[in-house]
Amino acid sequence: MPSRQPARRRRYANFEEPILKAVSLPYNRAHHRFAVFTAGVTFLLIIAGALVTSNDAGLSVPDWPTSFGSLYKIPHLVGGVRFEHTHRMIAQFVGFLTIILAVWTWRSDRRRWMKYLGITALGLVIAQGVLGGLTVLFYLPPAISSAHAALAQTFFCVAVLIAIFTGRRWVEEVPEVDLDQQRPSLFTLTLLSIFVLYVQLILGAMFRHHGLSWWPHVVNSGTVAVVLSWTAIRALSQYSRIDAVRRPAITMLSLLIAQLCLGFVAFLTRVAWGHDAVQPELPMVISTVAHVAVGALLLATTVVLAAQVWRHVPIPFAERVPSREGKPVAA
Amino acid sequence: MNRKLCAALFLLSLLGLLAGCSKKENTNEEQSTSPSSEMKPAATSTPIDPATAASVSGTVTFGGAAPKAQKIDMSQDAACKGNNMAETIVANDGKLANVFVYVKDGLGDRTFDVPKDSATIDQKGCQYHPHVLGVMAGQNIEIRNDDETTHNIHPTPKDNREWNESQPPKAAAIEKNFAREEIMLPVKCNQHPWMKMYVNVVKSPFYAVTGADGKYEIKGLPPGDYTLAFVQEKLGEQDQKVTLAAKDSKTVDQGFKP
Repeated sequence: MPSRQPARRRRYANFEEPILKAVSLPYNRAHHRFAVFTAGVTFLLIIAGALVTSNDAGLSVPDWPTSFGSLYKIPHLVGGVRFEHTHRMIAQFVGFLTIILAVWTWRSDRRRWMKYLGITALGLVIAQGVLGGLTVLFYLPPAISSAHAALAQTFFCVAVLIAIFTGRRWVEEVPEVDLDQQRPSLFTLTLLSIFVLYVQLILGAMFRHHGLSWWPHVVNSGTVAVVLSWTAIRALSQYSRIDAVRRPAITMLSLLIAQLCLGFVAFLTRVAWGHDAVQPELPMVISTVAHVAVGALLLATTVVLAAQVWRHVPIPFAERVPSREGKPVAA
Repeated sequence: MNRKLCAALFLLSLLGLLAGCSKKENTNEEQSTSPSSEMKPAATSTPIDPATAASVSGTVTFGGAAPKAQKIDMSQDAACKGNNMAETIVANDGKLANVFVYVKDGLGDRTFDVPKDSATIDQKGCQYHPHVLGVMAGQNIEIRNDDETTHNIHPTPKDNREWNESQPPKAAAIEKNFAREEIMLPVKCNQHPWMKMYVNVVKSPFYAVTGADGKYEIKGLPPGDYTLAFVQEKLGEQDQKVTLAAKDSKTVDQGFKP
C-alpha cells in the first residue's frame, strides 16, 4: 500500500490569483426551488413507472402517443390503465416542467455549462418520451424497456444536479478545498461507483423486462457493494470534515445498505415465492418498486458525491496536465 | 495495488454486462431458427376415406394431490365478477382438464382444409373462456367481450405476429388468426393481469382439449402410426405412440405428475 501523504489544505480565497476565474452569480431562489420541484416530481415519475412494470400494466393502454385514441381525455382508471395512464400524465407534467426549467436556466443562469445542462435535460426528457412510446408500440422489447428504465434514472440524476448547482451553497459559498494525493483518487472512485451502478441498473432492468436471468444482477450486486463501500469509506475517513462530501457519502452508504436489503426482499417475493403467482402480488409490487426507487436515489446520491468531490477534493492540477514528455508540469 | 483492484472491479462489472447481453442474443437465435416458424405454401387437402377412419380417445389424469387453486384478487376492477379461481392446474378427482392433445407426428405431408367456422374466445367475468383453445393455422378466431369493462387482448407468440388491441364493453368482436403452428401460445390482458389463456395453433384438425372429466376424443384419423402429444401449460408435454388400423377405436390414457 502506498504511504499516505498529508493532504494540502487551502481555500481558494487564500490564493493570490485564483486558478479558475469564477463567474459572479447571484443566487436565484425561485429557479433553485423550481429545479428541486422538478427533481421531486421526476422521482415520483420513477415510482409511477416502476408501478407500471411491477403490475405488468405496460401495455394496458395499447396506443401511443394517444391513450385509447385521445390526446387529452382521461380514460376510466381501472386495472392496469390506472398505472399506465397515471405514469403518462406524470411524464407529461415532467416534460412540461423540464421545458420551463431549460428555458429558465438558459435565460437566467450566467454559467454557460448550466445552460447546456438545462438543454441536456430537455433532450433527455424528449428521448425518454420517445423510448416510452417505442416500448409500447413494439410490445415491450427488453432492450427498449431497459433503455427507458436507465434513461429515466439518468434524467433524474441530471435534474438533481441542476437542483444542486442552482443551490445557495453551490452558488454563493467559497468551496473548502482539500487536494487529493491518494491513488486511485476519490473522484476516480466516485466515477467507478457510478459505472458499476449503471451496469447494475441495466442488469436489473433487463431482468425486470424479461431480457435476462436474475443472476447477473445478483452477482453484480457484490461488485456494487465493494466499490461503493470503498468510495464511502475513503470519503468519510479522509474528508469527513467537508460537509459537502461527508453528507452524500453517509447517505450513499445508508442507501446502499437499504438497497441490498430491499434487493433480497424483492428476490424472495418475485423469484423465490412469486414465480408461480397468477397475478402481481402486493408484497412483490411493494418490494420491487421500493428497490427501483431506492436504486434511483442511490445513483443520484453517488452522482452528487462525484460532483462534490470534483469541487472540494480535486486532484492536484500538476497531475491532471501531463507535460509533452509525459511528466507533470507545475501549475 | 488499489489501482489494480479498481481496474479489476471495473472489468468484473463490464463482464457481467457482456454476459447478460450475450445470453439474450442466444435467446433470439433460438427463436428465429425454430423449425415450426416456417409457413409452407398452401396446398389442396389430402382426402381421407371415411370408411377407414379411426379414432383415439382417453382420459388424462393427475397423479398425487391436486394443488389448491390460487384465488384471484379482482378487487381492482368492480366490473369483474365471477369465478375468481385460477385455472393453472384444474384437476377434479384426479382427472386433468385443459390439456391440449394433438397428433404431433405421423400425418406425413398430408394437408387439410382450414375450417370455415370461427373458433371463439369469450371474455366473461374477467376470465377467458375457454382457458385452452385449439385452432388450425389460418383459422378465424372471434374474440368477444361480455364484460362491462374494457379488456385488451395481447397474444405473446414466439413464431406468430404479436398484437395488442383493446376491446371496450359491447364492442364488436375482434377477428384474428395465427398463420404458423405454435403450441401453448399465451394470450393475456394487461388491464387484468390474472387473465391468461393459451391458443394452440396446429396444421391438422386432429386435436382436442380435455374437459373437466379429463376426457378427450380425436376422430377421423386415417390408419397409421402416430405420436400423440399431451400438453399442459404448467406440467409440460408428454408424448405417446399409437398405431391405428382402419376403423380402429383405441384408448390412450395419459398421466401427469406434479
